[in-house]
Amino acid sequence: MASVAESKSPQESRSVSAQQLREFWHYFSENKGAVAGLVVVVFLIFLAAAADVVAPHSPIQQYRDHLLQPPFWVEGGSLAFPLGTDAVGRDLLSRLIYGSRYSLYVGCVVISISMTLGISIGLVAGFFRGFLETIIMRLMDIILAFPSLLLALVLVALLGPGLTNAMIAVAVVVLPHFVRLTRAQVLAESNRDYVTSARVAGASRLRLMFVTILPNCMAPLIVQASLTFSTAILDAAALSFLGLGAQPPTPEWGAMLAEAREFILRAWWVVTWPGLAILITVLSINLMGDGLRDALDPKLKRS
Amino acid sequence: MFRFIVTRIGLLIPTFFGVTIAAFSFIRLLPGDPILLLAGERGIDDERHAQLMAQFGFDLPIWQQYLNYLGDIIQGDLGRSIVTKQPVLEEFLALFPATLELSICAMFFAVALGLPAGVIAGVTRGSKFDHTVMAVSLTGYSMPIFWWALLLIVVFSGELGWTPVSGRISYLYFFEPVTGFMLIDSLLSGEKGAFASAISHLILPSIALGTIPLAVIARQTRSAMLEVLGEDYVRTARAKGLPPSRVVGLHALRNALIPVITVIGLSVGVLLAGAILTETIFSWPGIGKWMVDSIFRRDYQSVQGGLLLIAVIVMTVNLIVDVLYGLINPRIRHTR
Amino acid sequence: MSLLEIRNLSVEFTTAYGQFRAVDAVDLDVDQGDVVAIVGESGSGKSVAMLALMGLLPWTAKVQADRLSFDGKDLTSLEPKQRRRIIGKDMAMIFQEPMTSLNPCFTVGFQITEAMKVHLGGTRAERRRRAVELLDQVGIPEPETRLSAFPHQMSGGMNQRVMIAMSIACNPRLLIADEPTTALDVTIQAQILELLLSLQRDRGMALVLITHDMGVVAETAQRVMVQYAGQQVERRDVVGLFSTPAHPYTAALLDALPERSRGKRLPSIPGVVPGQLDRPDGCLFNPRCRFATDLCRSRPPGRGSPEQGAALCHYPLQGGEPSGYPPDLLDQLRRQAAEEARSA
Repeated sequence: MASVAESKSPQESRSVSAQQLREFWHYFSENKGAVAGLVVVVFLIFLAAAADVVAPHSPIQQYRDHLLQPPFWVEGGSLAFPLGTDAVGRDLLSRLIYGSRYSLYVGCVVISISMTLGISIGLVAGFFRGFLETIIMRLMDIILAFPSLLLALVLVALLGPGLTNAMIAVAVVVLPHFVRLTRAQVLAESNRDYVTSARVAGASRLRLMFVTILPNCMAPLIVQASLTFSTAILDAAALSFLGLGAQPPTPEWGAMLAEAREFILRAWWVVTWPGLAILITVLSINLMGDGLRDALDPKLKRS
Repeated sequence: MFRFIVTRIGLLIPTFFGVTIAAFSFIRLLPGDPILLLAGERGIDDERHAQLMAQFGFDLPIWQQYLNYLGDIIQGDLGRSIVTKQPVLEEFLALFPATLELSICAMFFAVALGLPAGVIAGVTRGSKFDHTVMAVSLTGYSMPIFWWALLLIVVFSGELGWTPVSGRISYLYFFEPVTGFMLIDSLLSGEKGAFASAISHLILPSIALGTIPLAVIARQTRSAMLEVLGEDYVRTARAKGLPPSRVVGLHALRNALIPVITVIGLSVGVLLAGAILTETIFSWPGIGKWMVDSIFRRDYQSVQGGLLLIAVIVMTVNLIVDVLYGLINPRIRHTR
Repeated sequence: MSLLEIRNLSVEFTTAYGQFRAVDAVDLDVDQGDVVAIVGESGSGKSVAMLALMGLLPWTAKVQADRLSFDGKDLTSLEPKQRRRIIGKDMAMIFQEPMTSLNPCFTVGFQITEAMKVHLGGTRAERRRRAVELLDQVGIPEPETRLSAFPHQMSGGMNQRVMIAMSIACNPRLLIADEPTTALDVTIQAQILELLLSLQRDRGMALVLITHDMGVVAETAQRVMVQYAGQQVERRDVVGLFSTPAHPYTAALLDALPERSRGKRLPSIPGVVPGQLDRPDGCLFNPRCRFATDLCRSRPPGRGSPEQGAALCHYPLQGGEPSGYPPDLLDQLRRQAAEEARSA
């Protein structure tokens, strides 16, 4: 894995010094689980990018002669459909491979929305204390008073079913975590000497916010982002499972599970694979998140 | 202590009003006007529409509508379900015991397994057991519980045939609900086998719902234990010549429990979110399934009421956790 | 036979960088009624040695000793359960940080009576009465009401008194006090020391006092062990130690006492105790020793005669000058000393 770090460093050395990156990699690679998680995530990204080439079949092509065909090692299975087929004869392996696109896409979109919004709002709350801060934090309390999935569900009911709306809903639900974390970080950093000296030197408010303080708050935010990534995948899959997210015949893993539900007692494979795919994806992202936490923020390190 | 509780309640008041505003806005934010939504797909003629607008007060200014809404809530009136025409509060209260029973059993499962596992893992840090607990809990934490529930059904109901697939009790038994808790009612009914049937229906949903709290509790207990075991007062306890069981089980655990209690309390929100999926999959007649059904039936009056009630429940539980936290932690009890 | 007998005790920790020897060949004899001080800077392994004796080290520590006996019982061969009958009863210990050494979740009364309950039994009322008595003995006003107080409601000095009451609850024959006054205000320090000594006198306990403060040693102890980097570099009676220190480290520690300072500036010992990664060859003190020669830098020293404080030094001091020192270097030293005297 060392080669990965080295191949990265020349490009990123513009913003981060190679020394820092090496140190980061040193701590990260100490955590074997994190490295394993990273390998799986890289593999998933590869699958998602190369789905058109890698997948043996089209994800929506229905083979009417092969309904509910079991995986190849079970009697009645064949290598043409290695993991079997679903109730309308689609190749499960191909659907799973294409499905990785949706999960990663959901994670990325949710992170982008909630992180951008959350950090901005959190910065505002931390900087312009007083009334504005109170309003913002109370609003976040209100969002947190609802169980996350319930709120997402209701938001989708408001916006209408669909993957895009599901992503928006999940982004809103995870928003308070970023706001609270950013605000807490800003409050903690604001009293540090380097901020005072920047302020004395006459740095503008915007500069203080984004150039002076924000970079020093990033470590816990990145860790939070990795946790949110996995939550987003899980919640979006749950919404799809309930029929409010991605709609059939989209090969989204949650939606695949929903379609497979009625066959659970007849064809275990239609149920097993999509869930396993979600589990592996979420697990490896969480493992990676643990490694990130160890490497980026020793304060958060939980032995 | 009394002041501490009062302050906490005071902090909740703005959040409570925020939640009522959220619930109030819900129906009004839906595309289309509320009467059309309430009427459903059958449609409605103009005259009746205007009459209903006036009857429900939708023609009033928005702030007045909100005040009316608040007044209704305080009187316990959450409106009537569009589908069943029953008062929403009544429907909610009828279904709530089922969810509560399931949640309690799930939490019992999570605590009964997670707490000892976390303690032992923390004490035997670095051992095989520790590694196993950590691996299993991270897996549990990453588990899509809707899939996990299906998997449990495939194995225990399908392959092994040990447990039923859905519902709270077998159709063979019928008795009037007394408490709403099936475990208690089945005992009260005196019918032979009813209690066993109720338990067998509870097992799989409890495991499915309890898995994520289990993982969180085990992890939190372990890390709290690790931290506490390094503290000076644990060394003092050992210097008294106390047996390890007392050092760990009393001196260390009592302190480690403080953060764990918080985590258990915060899991209530997680449980209610999980109940939505678990109840749907196991056809468990609780408020989680009711909320999902209401959304699909476009029974927005019920969704609105349920939203408000669930938020109030979560807030109340968080308050109780805060107070408990103060009770168990003398440093807080005396400083406030 | 001594109450406590330690021969050749060593403690090793396994760390990420290999083995680290925190305590190296330590001997100690303590009789009933003795007051022994163990002196040294932070990191010299004073506490570790005593924690090893109490069996309070984490399992990563490897404790070895030729003899580790208390009251004729060999502690190394005892089952943990039998050992726990001695720990906290006949042999008790108090620690440096009273605020963190008491459990924040339990009342003072609970924590004092707990050891009695385990070791002595008796009824609840008896234990309570005895706890009140103890609190009174250690000078806590209103002992009855204090029983139900929590540690965070009291000051550091009060908490240390509670710790002392707790440790003497079962009438121990040996009390180990690990820097009992370090974390306290200066005004409280003397009170706590006086309390410990009076308790020791009244009960005929043996007291082992771990400290880094030579001033405390002078006021309290009969015998002194000077420990450096895990080794006992000098051990002798307190009068001899203060009048004619034999090891350069002891001498340097004494010179650092304000009361004994002769020049304008208080002398200090440059550098710090070597850790795991910077252990020197030869004598462990050589990088900081003003008398160090090539011999000191290459060969570990042997132990001197008892009259020389059993000093672990190639050139134990006699009358402030290293004995057996190479003549040319000795001349140089004398010239330097003379110059310093003139300029001062």
